Amino acid sequence: MPEQESLTPRQRQDLRTIAAMMIPASSEYRVPGADDDAIQADILRTLGRDTGPVAEALDDLARLAGMPLADLDEAQREAVAKQFRSSGGAAAATLIRVVLQCYYRDDRVLRSLGLELRPPFPKGYTLEQGDWSLLDQVKAGPQKLRKAR
Amino acid sequence: MNDPVDVLIIGAGASGAAVAWSLAETRMHILCLEQGGWMKPAEYPSTGRDWEARFYGDYSPSPNIRARAEDYPINEDNSPIKVVNFNGVGGSTVMYTAHFPRLHPSDFRVRTLDGVADDWPIDYDTLAPFFAENDRMMGVSGLAGDPASPPTNPPMPPLPLGRSGVRLAKAMNKLGWHWWPSDTTVATTDYEGRARCINLGHCTPACAQGAKASTDITYWPAALRAGVELRTHCRVREILTDEHGMASGVVYYDKDGIEQFQPAHVVVVACNGIGTPRLLLNSVSGRFPNGLANSSGLVGKNLMFHPYAQLYGYVDEPTDSNRAPPTCLWSKEFYETDKSRGFVRGYAFQFGRGIGPVMEAVMSEAKGILPWGPDHHKVFRKLNGRRLGLAAICEDLPEEHNRVTLDPILKDSHGIPAPKVDYTIGENTAKMLEHGIARGREVLEAAGATDIFINCPILYGGWHLLGTARMGTDPERSVVNEWGRSHDVKNLFIVDGSVFVTSGGVNPTSTIQAIALYVADQMKRRLANLFD
Repeated sequence: MPEQESLTPRQRQDLRTIAAMMIPASSEYRVPGADDDAIQADILRTLGRDTGPVAEALDDLARLAGMPLADLDEAQREAVAKQFRSSGGAAAATLIRVVLQCYYRDDRVLRSLGLELRPPFPKGYTLEQGDWSLLDQVKAGPQKLRKAR
Repeated sequence: MNDPVDVLIIGAGASGAAVAWSLAETRMHILCLEQGGWMKPAEYPSTGRDWEARFYGDYSPSPNIRARAEDYPINEDNSPIKVVNFNGVGGSTVMYTAHFPRLHPSDFRVRTLDGVADDWPIDYDTLAPFFAENDRMMGVSGLAGDPASPPTNPPMPPLPLGRSGVRLAKAMNKLGWHWWPSDTTVATTDYEGRARCINLGHCTPACAQGAKASTDITYWPAALRAGVELRTHCRVREILTDEHGMASGVVYYDKDGIEQFQPAHVVVVACNGIGTPRLLLNSVSGRFPNGLANSSGLVGKNLMFHPYAQLYGYVDEPTDSNRAPPTCLWSKEFYETDKSRGFVRGYAFQFGRGIGPVMEAVMSEAKGILPWGPDHHKVFRKLNGRRLGLAAICEDLPEEHNRVTLDPILKDSHGIPAPKVDYTIGENTAKMLEHGIARGREVLEAAGATDIFINCPILYGGWHLLGTARMGTDPERSVVNEWGRSHDVKNLFIVDGSVFVTSGGVNPTSTIQAIALYVADQMKRRLANLFD
């Protein structure tokens, strides 16, 4: 069977629903949910090598739900999600990781966390020296290197 | 057929690069074959907004996950610790934390001092000048005077303590335990053409700034200038021997996948503790039916990993998080044997600074502490940027049942049998891990951390690949002699972590490179009678 290269419409629908369950929007923190259009588009655009296990996880989710996840009532959705998290194995872990890695690089989310909207290179960061006098206690202590002879 | 070379080195990583550079002064024709290619720092993860995500993909430390064309698969189903490495010019120095301690003098005398394993055939003093030379070539930052470590003279000052270091140092002082700023190959000043560290933070999966020493930017430029030839994307399948039982050269696949034979007068293997036994076991002939250099039967046996017990917790103020090199402090408080602890030998603590938001989210969700639903945001803000962690890196004693063999089914992209790892954590090490967890918890509690979590062993923690072609004077109990030459094949040398007799309880790269320089020095001194 050829490897799946992208998610089916049904899989995309369930992905959006489960992502919203993981991370809902918050007005308090001024952040979108993980079902946000831009975040979902980022997930689909960068899925790459994770497409297979994510599709597998979504198929597993569909089997547990028996219908589109969004069509279940809230209690049923919660029960399915709980089972999915506990029994989904490596595929479920991949799906969860993919949602988190796209969510936590979204500009709106990083801004809410007080983080800069940039990669580490080339600007880098500043690391403070700290109090080197803390080392005085160690310097005043005993030699600890064991003799080999 | 290719023209014969004087010396053929297999592998361009930590040890292969050091040997190539050292031997270059002989003006012999030296060729290195490397299965990977040159790295492109402009493409390293920290240059893009997806910098954390790539750790789970093309910059995963696991070759099985990363699965680049230059990687080979490893069957590690029968091991609680998975192998991590990197294949390319620079080898695993491209993808390491740059923590750079040396083995201690006592590590070379474990049988004499503690009655376990075996003594090395060489001692610390023999390697001392090569440690110093390697520190200069790699460019080490650190602070001289550590009362619990061998004397060093790092050419650059140590990394700043930072917020995380100060918090941890206060905790260690409160407990009255040893700590010291780690020696690291992260350059704190401009050094030999390398720019100083600007705290990209994401050091392990390659440094875009070039501040972290990897041999593609340290030894290799010097070796190439001195005339060494480096051929990339060339994967060696086997070492051949002649009618006299001497290595005659290697069969390899070139960048176009074409099978080639490269004759050589001397062969040096530098493929790490997994790749080296794999190559030797794949080099079978009528004279060497159990693999090359394997009359002792020890090729692939005595694999040592350094099991890690990792602990982390959360404090009530921001730590350095991902905005600084992970290398911070070390402690040798529990390094040397104290039999009242219930085990022999010991471990070092390696202290970290924190992680980025994606890793925090992924790891905390997996641990069950980051909930789904409306509380997700509130909990994440308590965790993110406030992590404080440490790891006990435990000495692993050699046990023959811990081994590398050839997998009967799994093969790499060239059809070469892949390695299979069988490994269990020994009883002494298990006790050491328990001790490290208990003491580590005390450290974190003294630092004011709460919600302390443990990963033991670190699953993807098989960074250190040691012991699978051990060094010794007895051909029945070792694979190479006290200067790295095969007991069985007089023109075959091994210079990587395979030759370790015991593992010590610290990161081994500094010692691996010192041994490589020492072996090269021995070869130069014995050129007139190298094969006697």
